[in-house]
Amino acid sequence: MSNDLLFDFTVDKEARKVFITREFAAELPLVWDAFTKAEFLDQWMAPAPMKAKTKYMNFEVGGKRFYAMIAPDGTEKWAIQRYNSITPKTNFQMSNAFADKDENPELPGSEWDYNFSERDGITTVKIMIYNESFERMERILEGFKLGFTASLHNLDALLATLSKK
Amino acid sequence: MRRDIFQAIADPTRRAIIALIALQAMTPNAIAENFNTTRQAISKHLRILTECELVKQEQEGREIYYSLELEKMKEIDKWLSQYRKIWETRFNQLDNVLATIKKQKK
Repeated sequence: MSNDLLFDFTVDKEARKVFITREFAAELPLVWDAFTKAEFLDQWMAPAPMKAKTKYMNFEVGGKRFYAMIAPDGTEKWAIQRYNSITPKTNFQMSNAFADKDENPELPGSEWDYNFSERDGITTVKIMIYNESFERMERILEGFKLGFTASLHNLDALLATLSKK
Repeated sequence: MRRDIFQAIADPTRRAIIALIALQAMTPNAIAENFNTTRQAISKHLRILTECELVKQEQEGREIYYSLELEKMKEIDKWLSQYRKIWETRFNQLDNVLATIKKQKK
């Protein structure tokens, strides 16, 4: 099913930005909920075998979400998100920072911009992530690597990825 | 100036060039035939890719052939595919969540 849905992923390392575009086979209100309600976010935001756990979430301007990514060995990595602007079912922007379990943020963090649009029952989500430091992005990756099995290291895999474009 | 390899592959035309010359070494003219753009534009893309050491040039008679620098590509491959994989996994999970909610609503 998901094979026909667009997925584009580009990195502008110099600008320290990541651009992600993905289509979903669902109507906009549903997709919006999946990105803005803790009960849904916890079901998909952590790539398996990791799990996400939201301690609290106030989806409003100035509101916060405090959550953890939990590795299979039980290690918890906490983070705080703060919502800076919300245009219902169209756009929201937030800041994200790692934190300790007592909600003390570890700066610098990243800035996120989400855009939502729908056509013929297909919802497109565009995400732009800006990282103040690219080293931080590499650290994120290190963190996730723990949860992954050996990844694709050969050129064929990359080319398959590139030619999908 | 030393160019940034991630910036180099952020451009869709350059990614298409990479995919093209991955199959075989090609001259700039042969590469340009695959694109709806000027020979100069392709030369510029090739220069950027060369500066990043993503592609290499080889002289054969009067022609210059461009081919991929495999080791360099593997570096990017490793980093990008891991980061991309995180998002792929997430979104596949989200597809399932959306499908489940839809069913419940019916």
